Amino acid sequence: MINLFEVSETNQMIEHENLDVRTITMGISLLDCMDSDLGRLCAKIYDKITACARDLVKTGRDIEVEYGIPIVNKRISVTPIALVGSAACGSPSDYVELAKTLDRAAEAVGVNFIGGYSALVSKGMTAAEERLIRSIPRALASTERVCSSVNIGSTKTGLNMDAVRLMGDMVKATAEATKERDSLGCAKLVVFCNAPDDNPFMAGAFHGVTEADTVIHVGVSGPGVVKHALSQVRGENFEVLCETVKKTAFKVTRVGQLVAQEASARLGVPFGIVDLSLAPTPAVGDSVAEILEEMGLESVGAPGTTAALALLNDQVKKGGVMASSYVGGLSGAFIPVSEDQGMIDAVRRGSLNIEKLEAMTCVCSVGLDMIAIPGDTSASTIAGIIADEGAIGMINQKTTAVRVIPVIGKKVGDTAQFGGLLGYAPIMPVSSYSCEAFVNRGGRIPAPIHSFKN
Amino acid sequence: MKKTIITVVGEDTVGIIARVCSYLADSNINILDISQTIIDGYFNMMMIVDANRSVKSMEELVSDLKALGEEIGVMIRCQHEDIFNKMHRI
Repeated sequence: MINLFEVSETNQMIEHENLDVRTITMGISLLDCMDSDLGRLCAKIYDKITACARDLVKTGRDIEVEYGIPIVNKRISVTPIALVGSAACGSPSDYVELAKTLDRAAEAVGVNFIGGYSALVSKGMTAAEERLIRSIPRALASTERVCSSVNIGSTKTGLNMDAVRLMGDMVKATAEATKERDSLGCAKLVVFCNAPDDNPFMAGAFHGVTEADTVIHVGVSGPGVVKHALSQVRGENFEVLCETVKKTAFKVTRVGQLVAQEASARLGVPFGIVDLSLAPTPAVGDSVAEILEEMGLESVGAPGTTAALALLNDQVKKGGVMASSYVGGLSGAFIPVSEDQGMIDAVRRGSLNIEKLEAMTCVCSVGLDMIAIPGDTSASTIAGIIADEGAIGMINQKTTAVRVIPVIGKKVGDTAQFGGLLGYAPIMPVSSYSCEAFVNRGGRIPAPIHSFKN
Repeated sequence: MKKTIITVVGEDTVGIIARVCSYLADSNINILDISQTIIDGYFNMMMIVDANRSVKSMEELVSDLKALGEEIGVMIRCQHEDIFNKMHRI
């Protein structure tokens, strides 16, 4: 039978170490809404989302009360809209109408974000997909809750450099379109390589076409819990360090598994996956950077940072995999800058720069995330950053992503304010040397040799 | 049988158990097990209860006990046992 010590340990994690379930995300397929008439398509999309997700927020709230575990976000991901709108949207403006429909549906069911304003163009773009991509700046400027993502490459297909170049322009245009709010639109736009179909985390969530009609994914969190556990084993060797991370990740993930099963049963929707990520927030003590520093680094970015992160990422997976019946999504440690107070501090004190972050993305679960860069950074430089991250993902058979925010009107030394979970970020310097002639070549970078496994 | 765990943490004072127990009795909740300890003057108690025939909903229980805790000056939480079972038992 459960004893007092175990009960207090769990409650200590919840009360003092920011243990929470970061998100319950309902994936909804919109393939059966497809129509060649834009008005009918919008109506069907609105009806399906509001019908499927009607009880999502309430169910999340009920589970929260019953188990005493905070569930921070309830969200929705949908089929990549480029596909859904392909027959009805003859122009980027038509796609913007779909974005507004998603926004209204999300508001109606009370979720704070809806992901899936997406295009998967890892090898090539259809005309419809290009229209969606070109509509992203306006879509993000005219909606509150819609999140967008574009997959520009994969290990199997190589990198679509035409899409990479176009996304450089679109990131810049999104920044311009939302410049009154520190270019906030870019915080809702992710460029992926090897994007997973079942990611519950925003802004990159979409409901892949390989998924069932509706499905429940859960994203756990808990950097504060890992940090606290590591503070109990200071000075011990790597075996003890790794075991501690693993055991802690197991406990954290079990909570996610419980919430996922409960939500799935109560909503009558199949359970998809648990994403065992360490997702930080700007709250003090909820930081991945602080875990790395607890391991023995004076400040994140110091030599040893990549090794520390590699170890953390791997042990989180090893601990989490046994705790859940299905693991998926991104699963690992996130290293966003603006959403992690420890990262912000490291940038401010000069120990962490974009180049070191790029190295860290080789071993973390995603990529260059929530990084504010000067507003005058050129579109071709942003495309170069995307190409670099895409290459890391493609060669290493992992998901990588770029979510940079060129904050219009701000320069190195200034701070961008995004608010809420998105936090704030010091503007980081970017190399001033040009890659324009490289990214303007056009075409594709072929798939790497180790992708040919058949 | 669905069990609920009630935890009380805070400064020790007269009548904590009495107040919690009389609330539970009034709500038709049966106490299955109580363990209690004092650590550094702090009162730590865990009760395992059967709330299946309770006249209160889980939501009411959670908020009533929280309010009662605030009145006494301690922290009272009320949670489904599965969160602990899941985390600490394979």
